[in-house]
Amino acid sequence: MIKPAPQPGPENPAKPALRVVKASHQVSAAARGDKTFRWLSFFCSLVVPLVMLAIGLELFWTSWPAVRQFGWRFFFSAEWNPVLQEFGAASSIFGTLVSTLIAMFIAVPLSLAISLFLVELAPPKVSRVVGTLIELLAAVPSIIFGMWGLFVFAPFMAHYVQPLLGKTLGFLPLFQGPPMGIGMLTAGIILAFMVLPFISAITRDVFQLVPPVVKESAFGMGATTWEVTYKVTIPYGLVGIIGAAFLGLGRALGETMAATFVIGNAHRLSLSLFAPGNTIASTLANEFSEATEPLYVSSLVALGLVLYLITYLVQVVSQMMLRRMYRAWSVGL
Amino acid sequence: MKKLFGFLVTALSFLALATCSQAQSVSINAAGATFPYPIYSQWAYKYHELSGVKLNYQAIGSGGGIAQTKAKTVDFGASDAPLKPEDLDKIGLVQFPTVMGGILPVFNVQGLETAKLKLDGPTLANIYLGKINKWDDPAIQKLNPDLKLPAQAITVVHRSDGSGTTFIFTSYLCMVSPEWKDKVGSGTAVKWPAPNSIGGKGNEGVAGQVKAVGNSIGYVEYAYAFQNKIPYALLQNKAGKYPEPSVDSFAAAAANADWSKAPKGFALMIDNQPGDNSWPIVGATYILAYKNYADPAKGKAVLKFFDWSYKHGQEMAKALHYVPMPENVVKLIETSWAKEITSNGKPLWP
Repeated sequence: MIKPAPQPGPENPAKPALRVVKASHQVSAAARGDKTFRWLSFFCSLVVPLVMLAIGLELFWTSWPAVRQFGWRFFFSAEWNPVLQEFGAASSIFGTLVSTLIAMFIAVPLSLAISLFLVELAPPKVSRVVGTLIELLAAVPSIIFGMWGLFVFAPFMAHYVQPLLGKTLGFLPLFQGPPMGIGMLTAGIILAFMVLPFISAITRDVFQLVPPVVKESAFGMGATTWEVTYKVTIPYGLVGIIGAAFLGLGRALGETMAATFVIGNAHRLSLSLFAPGNTIASTLANEFSEATEPLYVSSLVALGLVLYLITYLVQVVSQMMLRRMYRAWSVGL
Repeated sequence: MKKLFGFLVTALSFLALATCSQAQSVSINAAGATFPYPIYSQWAYKYHELSGVKLNYQAIGSGGGIAQTKAKTVDFGASDAPLKPEDLDKIGLVQFPTVMGGILPVFNVQGLETAKLKLDGPTLANIYLGKINKWDDPAIQKLNPDLKLPAQAITVVHRSDGSGTTFIFTSYLCMVSPEWKDKVGSGTAVKWPAPNSIGGKGNEGVAGQVKAVGNSIGYVEYAYAFQNKIPYALLQNKAGKYPEPSVDSFAAAAANADWSKAPKGFALMIDNQPGDNSWPIVGATYILAYKNYADPAKGKAVLKFFDWSYKHGQEMAKALHYVPMPENVVKLIETSWAKEITSNGKPLWP
C-alpha cells in the first residue's frame, strides 16, 4: 500500500558520492523522518474509520435485544409504550424525515436566493455585511434556536401563521387541527433557519468561483442577469450547490436540542403538520437518561442505529450523485 | 536549570502530599436522579464542612443511577421511582426515601390568569385521557360554577423525558381513575393517550410549553410553579377539600400515610391520602444502598450522612420546597438499616 521511496544512503549513494560524509548522514536522517511521518499520518487517518466502525458495531450489538424481540415490527410500528415495554420506531423515523424535508424545502431555495443576491446583485458593502451576519447565524448554539423557537416563534405561529394556513389551505389534511404553535411545521421551519447559514455560505463561495470571463461573455452576448444566473451561474455551480444541500441535510437529520424544544415530543404518526411529533434525536435526548429497563435502553440504541444508517445512506447517495453529475456535466469546481 | 529542577521537586512533593491527605478522608461516590440533586448537593456541602466527608453526587438520571448501582461503580444510587421488592433482593439492595415533593397541575387559559380553577381526580384523568377535550366541558364547569370557561380545545402537556414526576403523577391518576389504570398505567414514562398532547423536557420544559401554548394544562413540581408564577389548579383531596399546595399540605399527606404498612423498600404511594389538609399528589425520591458493603468505613459513612440529613437537614429541604421525612418514618428507615445493611457479616447500623 505504501511504497517506500528509494533512499539515498550508503548502499544507494546519492550523486555527490560520499564526498561529504556528514551531509549524507543528514539526508538519510531526513528520509527516515519522512518515512516515520508517512506511517504516522497513515495511522492518524485510520482513526476516523476505526471510530466509525466501533460506533457502528456497538450500536448493532446493544440494539440486538430490541431487534430480536420486535423484529421488523420495530421499524414499522408506531407503538411506543414504556409501561408495556412495546417499542416501535415508525413515529421517530417519520418525524425525522418529515421535519428534515420541510427544512430542506424552505432552506435550499432561500439560500440560493440569498447567495445569488450576495454575489450577483448586492453592492459589495452590503454583501460583506450580510455575509458576515449569515456566518454569525451559523455560530448560534442550537439551544438558543430552541428557546427562541419555543418562547417567541411558537406563539407567533399559533397566533398568526397557523390560523392563516388553516383558513386558506385547511382543506388539505396537512394543515388541520388546533393551532398549538408547537409541532412538525414549527420544528421544520426552525431547522430551516439552522441549516440556512451553512447552505448559503457554501453556495455563495461556489458562485464566487464561477470565472468572471464566462459570465462576462454571456453578458456580452446580450443575456439578461436572470439568463446569466439561470443558464451560466447555477449550472456551473450545481455540484457545489448539491454538496451544500447535503451538508445541510446531514445537520438537519441529527439536530437535537432545537427540535426537542418545538416539535412537541409525542410518539404519534399524524398527517397534519400542526400536530406534535418527534425525531430520532429528540427521542434519544428525552428518554435515554431515565430509561431503566434493558429492553427500553436497547430500543433507544436501535433508534440510534437507524439514525446512523440514515446518515450513512445520505452520504453514500450524495457521493454517488455528485460523481455521476461530475462526469455527465464535466463542469464544476 | 537546577532552579527549575528544585521547583519541580517541591511541586511534586506538594502534589503527593495533597493526594495523600485526600486519600485519608472518606469520600462517597453516588449517582442517580436529578429531582433531588439540589437538596443532596446542599446537604453534601454542609456535611463536608462539618465532618470532612465528601459526597460526589452525579445527577445522571434515575436510569443511569440504577445501572451504576447494579454495576457497583458507586457507593449508593438514587432513583425517583422505587424499585420492586424482588428486584431489590435480586441485586442485593436496600431502598429508602429521603425527601418528598408535591406535584400540581398548572394551566394557561386566557381570562383565567388569576382564577382559582378547581379540579378533581377523575376530571384530571379524563383530561389526560382526551375524553374531556374542551375547557367548557360540563365536568369542569360543574366544579367551577363561578368561572366563565372558554370553548377552546385543551392541549395536554406532559414530560417527554422519563421522570419520577411522571411516575408520581400517573400513579395518582391510576388511583383515581380505573380507566387510566387499564389503558395507560403508571411509570416514569407512559404512552400518553390524548390526541392533543405535547411533551416538554424536564419540569422547566413543561412549564415553558404551558406558558407558550394557549389553553394548555400540564403538571410540574411545586418549586417550578412557584418560581415561574404559572397559574395552578386546586385539586380535590380524598376528604373532598381543596387545600392550597404548600410544603405544609404536602407534609400533611406524608404524615397521614400509613408508613408502617409500606412494602419492602418503602415503595408507598403517598398519593391521595386522607386528611382535610392533604395535598393529593405527593411522592418520595429514593436511595439505593447495598445490603453488603465490602468496606465498612464506606458503608458507615453513607448511613451516617443520611442520618445527619434526616436530623439536621430538614430546614434546608423546606427552603428548597422539598418535604422532609416525618420522624416516625425516619425511625422505620433506620430500623431497616439495622436489620439489612451489613459489612462482612456484621451489622453497620447503629
